[in-house]
Amino acid sequence: MTNSFDEIEDADCIFIIGSNTSVGHPLIATRVYRAKAKGAKLIVVDPREIQMARFADIYARQTLGTDVALLNGMMNVIYRNGWHDKKFVEERTENFDAFVEMIEKFPPERASEISGISVDDIVKMAEYYAKAKAASIIYCMGITQHTTGVDNVKTLANLSMLCGHIGRPSTGVNPLRGQNNVQGACDMGGLPNVYPGYQAVNVPDIQAKFEKAWNATLSPKVGLTIMEMMDGLLDGRVKGLVIMGENPMVSDPDIHHVKHALEAAEFLMVIDIFPTPTTELAHLVLPAASFAEKDGTFSNSERRVQRVRKAIEPVGEARYDWQIIQDISNRLGYPMNFQSAEEIFNEMASVTPAYAGISYPRLEGDGLAWPCPTPDHPGTPYLHKDKFSRGLGLFSAIDYRAPAEVPDDEYPFWLTTGRAYVHYHTGTMTRRSAHLEKEMPEAIVELHPDDAEELQIAEGERIEVSSRRGTITIRAMVTDRIGKGVVFIPFHFAETAANVLTNAALDPIAKIPEYKVCAVKLAKAA
Amino acid sequence: MDYQSVLTTCTYCGCGCGLYLEVLDGRITHTLPSKTSPVNEGKLCVKGWYIHEFIQHPNRLTTPLMRQDGALKETSWESALDYAASELKRIKEANGPDAIAFLTSAKCTNEDNYLLQKLARAAIGTNNVDHCARL
Ligand code: SF4
Repeated sequence: MTNSFDEIEDADCIFIIGSNTSVGHPLIATRVYRAKAKGAKLIVVDPREIQMARFADIYARQTLGTDVALLNGMMNVIYRNGWHDKKFVEERTENFDAFVEMIEKFPPERASEISGISVDDIVKMAEYYAKAKAASIIYCMGITQHTTGVDNVKTLANLSMLCGHIGRPSTGVNPLRGQNNVQGACDMGGLPNVYPGYQAVNVPDIQAKFEKAWNATLSPKVGLTIMEMMDGLLDGRVKGLVIMGENPMVSDPDIHHVKHALEAAEFLMVIDIFPTPTTELAHLVLPAASFAEKDGTFSNSERRVQRVRKAIEPVGEARYDWQIIQDISNRLGYPMNFQSAEEIFNEMASVTPAYAGISYPRLEGDGLAWPCPTPDHPGTPYLHKDKFSRGLGLFSAIDYRAPAEVPDDEYPFWLTTGRAYVHYHTGTMTRRSAHLEKEMPEAIVELHPDDAEELQIAEGERIEVSSRRGTITIRAMVTDRIGKGVVFIPFHFAETAANVLTNAALDPIAKIPEYKVCAVKLAKAA
Repeated sequence: MDYQSVLTTCTYCGCGCGLYLEVLDGRITHTLPSKTSPVNEGKLCVKGWYIHEFIQHPNRLTTPLMRQDGALKETSWESALDYAASELKRIKEANGPDAIAFLTSAKCTNEDNYLLQKLARAAIGTNNVDHCARL
């Protein structure tokens, strides 16, 4: 996130798109309610009429995968009416002319036609957002899990720059991270192109710095992304895969493809706390300590680094993940000799400028938001204050592209996926919690009453949902929360995995699969 | 009777709520929200309130498991770690470091993640490191 959670409360306009905030991030939803109570305008755009929509000044349901067209339409309205922040655009940004040329192609009538949202609503949303003193955008996977994910994010950045709603308190473009430590996993270099702290692996000076710090020869070649790893296992380029605390057999799109890939591995090692469909395929499964059994840190969505503290001993023979890694490293002839999580943190901070000023003693209390470059630095609650990290903010001219798969005669329904309020990710943990599992013991597919009537499907009936990639049998929930012609399935359930159906088509740059859009057909179960 | 209450951070979503795990004689019995946490200010969502329920669930993996004759069988840490190292070494020697890939975790700590990518880059010699956050 560019800004902190608390700042959301003081925004006078909040624009939520592609985030089921009250379900995915309940404590951030609290901030939105408070802002609303203070008089902020709330705009919610989502294919489902989620709980947040009930509090919204404007709720609009977009056709799946049309965010770029909708946002370009809003910006067209803002620009033509002169509601944009001319001073900000002039002083802080570049490439404005090319951008304007693009949004001119999206008069609200055209944006409306593509997105299914009325011209009136588009104009009103544009006006609320542009005329606010401090407007904050909140988004989540509903924006990124598309073949146009990067386009969507850049278009939101365009909107915030156009109106000067960035680099000040209570503004910004704020992605909510799906999992607790996604931020930290990325910060720590869990990416094929960067070392910890987003330092590129293919820049010679940086490579040299890490070679010295780690006393090793390092590769300048950018590595494979997760989807490329799967393809690599199938075509034989990749032979061994080490997975720590992840369950791609439920979380990845097109599970059948993932299964074939994992089965092709010569050596698959999984470190985890529970058996999962992924551990079932492994050659070696190593039991790890859970978060309650270890010391360490997590970095939350607002970049706040916070302590994790050991409450009990690891269960059974489980060990800390770092201990397991260290023991393997020593056997490989690359010595590691850490005595505690804190020692690892200190080494990490010494090679990661954004974390350089952070240490365990400083994390007592409220934690610290990075960048925090020195031991006396107070941390950074909001980014891009006086300038963007690249200098001037870059406007991008972004055209609308349709999703990779759209409904047709054979597969006439749109499918979108997401979360349910009691469960988390692949359900490995929440589904073992008695209270949570009782609330929602099985998956459901939401469909609109008109569609249910036409197909003669009753509430609670088991139906078959099929895509070009597979079929699942699942209980129907008839609700007008979802639009006509669209169905929704939460993805937490291994036995009725939504990702049997989803499309593995990737965003060309971020390599994120299009979980949020594919085409399916429905039939009564045999 | 030994009672402790340990302040830590929720492992579910990216809010990162502060919570206390209540530990009675080595078992976690309840969860309480931290009132002073700037994130959750004394509140938790339903997942957080019941977070203690999964931690000591009987299904937890408690011993290393190695595949033998098609099935996963219990084994000792020594032989599990030896096996892991010998397989990684074998593949690296036969096919080069880029034939091995690593998935770090959005659920593990920063320290765990740092060390796994260091293993990949410094000990194996590949940048084939990613995680499931794209997902
Ligand atoms: S308690 Fe709920 S809102 Fe807070 S971090 Fe945990 S899952 Fe997220």
